[in-house]
Amino acid sequence: MTSTIHARLKLSYPDFSLDVDLHLPGRGVTALYGHSGSGKTTCLRCIAGLEKAEQGFIQINDEVWQDSDKKLFVAPHKRALGYVFQEASLFPHLSVLANLEFGLRRIPREQRRVDMAHATELLGISHLLDRHPQHLSGGERQRVGIARALLTSPKLLLMDEPLAALDSQRKSEILPYLERLHDELEIPVLYVSHSQDEVARLADHIVLLSYGKALASGPIGETLARLDLPLALGDDAGVVIEGQVTDYDAHYQLLTLQLPHSQLNVRVAHSPMAVGKLLRVKVQARDVSLSLQGGELSSILNRLPVTMTSEISADNAAHVLVRLDACGTPLLARITRYSRDHLQLHPGQQLWAQIKAVAVLA
Amino acid sequence: MTLSSADFSAIWLTLKLASLTTAILLVIGTPIALWLSRTRSWLRGPIGAIVALPLVLPPTVIGFYLLMTLGPNGVIGQFTQALGLGTLTFSFAGLVIGSVIYSMPFVVQPLQNAFSAIGPRPLEVAATLRANPWDTFFNVILPLAKPGFITAAILGFAHTVGEFGVVLMIGGNIPDRTRVVSVQIYDHVEAMEYAQAHWLAGAMLVFSFLVLLALYSSRKTEAGWS
Repeated sequence: MTSTIHARLKLSYPDFSLDVDLHLPGRGVTALYGHSGSGKTTCLRCIAGLEKAEQGFIQINDEVWQDSDKKLFVAPHKRALGYVFQEASLFPHLSVLANLEFGLRRIPREQRRVDMAHATELLGISHLLDRHPQHLSGGERQRVGIARALLTSPKLLLMDEPLAALDSQRKSEILPYLERLHDELEIPVLYVSHSQDEVARLADHIVLLSYGKALASGPIGETLARLDLPLALGDDAGVVIEGQVTDYDAHYQLLTLQLPHSQLNVRVAHSPMAVGKLLRVKVQARDVSLSLQGGELSSILNRLPVTMTSEISADNAAHVLVRLDACGTPLLARITRYSRDHLQLHPGQQLWAQIKAVAVLA
Repeated sequence: MTLSSADFSAIWLTLKLASLTTAILLVIGTPIALWLSRTRSWLRGPIGAIVALPLVLPPTVIGFYLLMTLGPNGVIGQFTQALGLGTLTFSFAGLVIGSVIYSMPFVVQPLQNAFSAIGPRPLEVAATLRANPWDTFFNVILPLAKPGFITAAILGFAHTVGEFGVVLMIGGNIPDRTRVVSVQIYDHVEAMEYAQAHWLAGAMLVFSFLVLLALYSSRKTEAGWS
């Protein structure tokens, strides 16, 4: 991985301090994930220059936005970034169109890479241009806010919990647009969130923040499966797998996905998709059970040969969390301590993982 | 004819004074209000208190100090004399200076409230959309604070029209130069010309009521002034 975003930030308030050194990929979506007070929004604000880290070095590709050693601090309005706030924060005195044009008009023509037609079509807001922000729903407002940020043709898009202020229906209304953004635009995104679901759906890379420190930073699949992080302890612990479509069974309406870098397949109920497309699925630790033999007939669709690699205690005394390796793809299984002793689990052991449910993240 | 030419001259002078004072106050009051609404400096308290002083001080006190500083032996008086301008006391320019100070809180406070109500967010949004601070001021702050500007202008104008003590102290009572409506009414009463006083006083009453009526009727739809 060639890292093209580098943010070293140090800052202290009376009741909070931030100290991170992040090397992030210059493409795709990177989630800054953590509980409230973990410093994720402060990180984002420092990168935007809305807050000034006492000691900081921020470099986006070949542009340095802050270098406190050289007393360099580029003002926020001179940074080629887009920022989407938690509340859409549209200008109330301007129509939707004028809001969208506010940023666009301030970008020299030759630097524009996103045009009005593309942005409004991408976010599905073409029919709202004449309206005023007061007459939009929360979801529509947020889509306008995202389009407005995109129209500045940013080199980096910063999103601060853009869905947090919305109810779950509005969330599901916006998520597909965010996915299109991810698929169609070449703009790297830093996405602040405290929702594991959003992160699992959207992010390629995750930074786990806690009390102003980065506990981990890595590709989403690997990082979610790490047993040494608090991520693994939650009830919704699990792994995200991006599989490639290799077959579609129209009779049973089942899609076959090949796991990355392996010949292993999982099948999942889904509408038809073209062979070669990528699909992201989540396998929850509580949906994976283990057995010593793989042969018996069962209603469980997906069984994978795996190797046990390690285990930790789960958040309660009755369960353990086991990490498995399926030809390079990590999996987590949450099983009872009784079963572990019964199966005499030990690292290196060959097992069969039975996956009760594969959730499609889209 | 019920109003004499002296009355009309006083009315004209009053309107001129109030317009000029309001214009000056909007220009110098805006940065002061903006600063007061944004700063975290310890000076915020003292400066805010100084701006508000005319609200509580008797006009004679303000007038007295102005007379001292603008007069021949005052700091500003010496300065204006050195520039060859003479002294500003008992002149229209002196009245303008006095009125600007006297009506300052009536302009700064509504503006400050309007700016505070806008909050930092729209400014941050504008910055992330590549607007520099001046651009942000003219295209975001100004339009959002428009109701505050209207309130500030009306209150500043009306309060200047209603001023008496400061004018009398530093302006005296010179026809066409410093004799404003309030002083003219005082003169009529002193001279026992009650009919004349009635007409002018009545005109002031109706004017002030209409101004406040306009202000309070529009208040419902306004934001940022409480």
